[in-house]
Amino acid sequence: MAPNDTLSLIWAGIIALAVFGYIVMDGFDLGIGILFPWLAKGDQRNTAINTIAPVWDGNETWLILGGGGLFAAFPLAYAIIMPAVYTPLIAMLLGLVFRGVAFEYRARTTRLWIWDAAFAFGSFMAAFSQGVILGAILQGVPVSGRNYGGGWWDWLSPFSLLTGLSVVAGYALLGACWLIYRTEHPLQDRAFTLARVTGLATLAAIGAVSLATPFLNHDYFSRWFALPGMIFVAPVPILVVVTALLFARALHRRAEVQPFLLALCLFFLSFTGLGICMFPWLIPGKISIYSAATAENSQIFMLVGVGLMLPIIIGYTAYAYWVFRGKVGHDGYH
Amino acid sequence: MFDALSALTLARMQFAFTVSFHFIFPSFSIGLASYLMVLEGLWLKTGRDVYLQLFQYWLKIFAIAFGMGVVSGIVMAYQFGSNWAVFSDKAGPVIGPLMAYEVLTAFFLEAGFLGVMLFGLNKVGKQLHFLATCMVATGTAISAFWIIAVNSWMQTPQGYAINGKGQFYTTSWLEVIFNPSMPYRLVHVLLAAYLTTALVVGAAGAWHLLKDRKARATPSEGTRIMFSMAMWMAAIVAPLQLVAGHAHGENTMAYQPAKIAAMEGHYRSFPGGPDGGAPLILFGLPDDAAQTMHYKVEVPRIGSVILKGDIEAPISGLDAFPPENRAPVAITFWSFRIMVGLGMLMLAMGAWSLWARLRGSLHDSPWLHRLALVMGPSGFVAVLAGWTTTEVGRQPFTVFGLLRTADSASPLAAPAVAASLLAFVIVYFAVFGVGTWFILKLMGHEPHPGESGPTRGDVTRTAGITPAPQINPDAVLAE
Repeated sequence: MAPNDTLSLIWAGIIALAVFGYIVMDGFDLGIGILFPWLAKGDQRNTAINTIAPVWDGNETWLILGGGGLFAAFPLAYAIIMPAVYTPLIAMLLGLVFRGVAFEYRARTTRLWIWDAAFAFGSFMAAFSQGVILGAILQGVPVSGRNYGGGWWDWLSPFSLLTGLSVVAGYALLGACWLIYRTEHPLQDRAFTLARVTGLATLAAIGAVSLATPFLNHDYFSRWFALPGMIFVAPVPILVVVTALLFARALHRRAEVQPFLLALCLFFLSFTGLGICMFPWLIPGKISIYSAATAENSQIFMLVGVGLMLPIIIGYTAYAYWVFRGKVGHDGYH
Repeated sequence: MFDALSALTLARMQFAFTVSFHFIFPSFSIGLASYLMVLEGLWLKTGRDVYLQLFQYWLKIFAIAFGMGVVSGIVMAYQFGSNWAVFSDKAGPVIGPLMAYEVLTAFFLEAGFLGVMLFGLNKVGKQLHFLATCMVATGTAISAFWIIAVNSWMQTPQGYAINGKGQFYTTSWLEVIFNPSMPYRLVHVLLAAYLTTALVVGAAGAWHLLKDRKARATPSEGTRIMFSMAMWMAAIVAPLQLVAGHAHGENTMAYQPAKIAAMEGHYRSFPGGPDGGAPLILFGLPDDAAQTMHYKVEVPRIGSVILKGDIEAPISGLDAFPPENRAPVAITFWSFRIMVGLGMLMLAMGAWSLWARLRGSLHDSPWLHRLALVMGPSGFVAVLAGWTTTEVGRQPFTVFGLLRTADSASPLAAPAVAASLLAFVIVYFAVFGVGTWFILKLMGHEPHPGESGPTRGDVTRTAGITPAPQINPDAVLAE
């Protein structure tokens, strides 16, 4: 393997880490927004917002690292994927605009319903669009030369709509579990109920996407259902079932931290499953992490930055979470 | 062909719109973060309550401005790929890493400490909280460093080569980052951000001084101090900005003479010599089709003095460059004049404030206060005009002299770009219009003892460091 290929592999890992970091951290923020209509007006909604207000901005920054990292490390893939998912991408960005400003505007407005609605709508739109983008990439993107080769509605398919709804369900599950972890009666009771519903929805979504994906193209199918590879990938669905059972038990016992951790496990397993489908492609069958890689000295230059900065970032991010740790009531942290 | 052309124009309009709207917020929050750092530092050093009041007062405004900057900034991180895919593919290996460094060294720093800065004063203690404020302020400046490096490389590229796939790649990172225009642009932009913030703070102070004067009330100590600090800042930074701007102009003269020709409205070259120096055109109506300036008002030969420091220096006009490499004159020419004109007004206001201060009437000069109030938004206008000058002046290239704007855009259909542009226009005006309204309402309250921090629902009612009011006094009554 050429040194450039090793670096490309490392960079694919870093991008995957950034994207997963984003899913983990902004996932529960967006999930709280998605669940907002099912939280009581006033105290419940204020408490839910208070659990994420000090950290949401840092969480969202992982999305910039994912997008910016893709631009920096795999400019060709960035240049083809972004126009391919133009419409859901713009929808996601506008959704994030509404979601982001609602944090500040809610504290200033007397017409709370407008910004409650903007928070819920923006969160839903951002999550749904992210799922659609995922589906659009998985189902394949037409490429012409070094450019996107399709139209501006090619992303739209039953499959991409399914992945869109799946991400909404999954984020809502993370949001509910986060509220279980960080709040108390009566909001916590509501969160337990919501976690049951969204947990079922998420499992249904994982099942549906898992059934549909192998039939998108023959390559995906052979990775999951051809020997000997099947032996290596078989643990993924088995672990999903085990995690789901543990999750049901944790909810039944009214555990407070376990549901969130197990929901993260579900995301990690789904993410791994998608990685098994995709690797080493960034655009299935067309552009790989090797053909899209940036210049070797660019990879090295950035790797220095990541090596130096990422541990520091993780350090002060952890500090910020630690400062605002503990149960959050509607009247503040205690 | 027509479709491709209009898609390109729409993509340019969309980038101009989203980046202009975005830059309004950082140009304010870079300066405001530093101002907050100074206020908190003064509070810790002197223990005077008024500095804490002012800190809390501006922190609430910072929270909104920063939030708007964040959400409009994420759009920019994806605009490169969505609308300028070919540019992203070709320039990615050079500018992508610089933007990645911006995320790693600036965005995370700002965002990570923002929560502590906004809500953590009573949780982490004064010293650590001050550290968080310093980190946010530092983050905004580091962010400016990297994005200015990117922009400046596109203006004055060096340290690169081109590979077999048509991509730029780097031969020297130091040359790429510290390209010829970068230090000048960075200083110019940072000073502009400080000046913009000073003008806003000064206008808020002036508003309350005028209101209190009308009501025959005594202005609060916070009002007096913030107006005084803002006027100091304007008096010091405006002249510095004149020097920095001029140096930046000389740098542009050396590396992008075609841009200078468009800024100055020089369609034809001036050979130099005793009678051949270039005039300074004050005003006129540029006509690109006829390549001539109508109704011009000019000062003979002063153009050579300003641009080259020599009354006999020859100056290249646009006719020295191939027609396909000339920037559009009207926008460049006028935006440059708006920026310089406002800069002169800022300089005058700073000087007036010094004079009033010397006479001991800084807080008792209603006409100065009226000027300061009117000048409140002038920093934003000047900043946008300046960016328009440098960006339109770079045309018809994205990477100056190397990559044409027409060859940079994504292969998108015009309706896609038109629809997204429309969506951005509607959402931005609505959302950021409301945010600006909230900021204006907050500034409409006079800073007072017991100023509350950025209240969030009920968070600070029990946790706040000031006695708890029963209702949020800063809630805006209508929007």
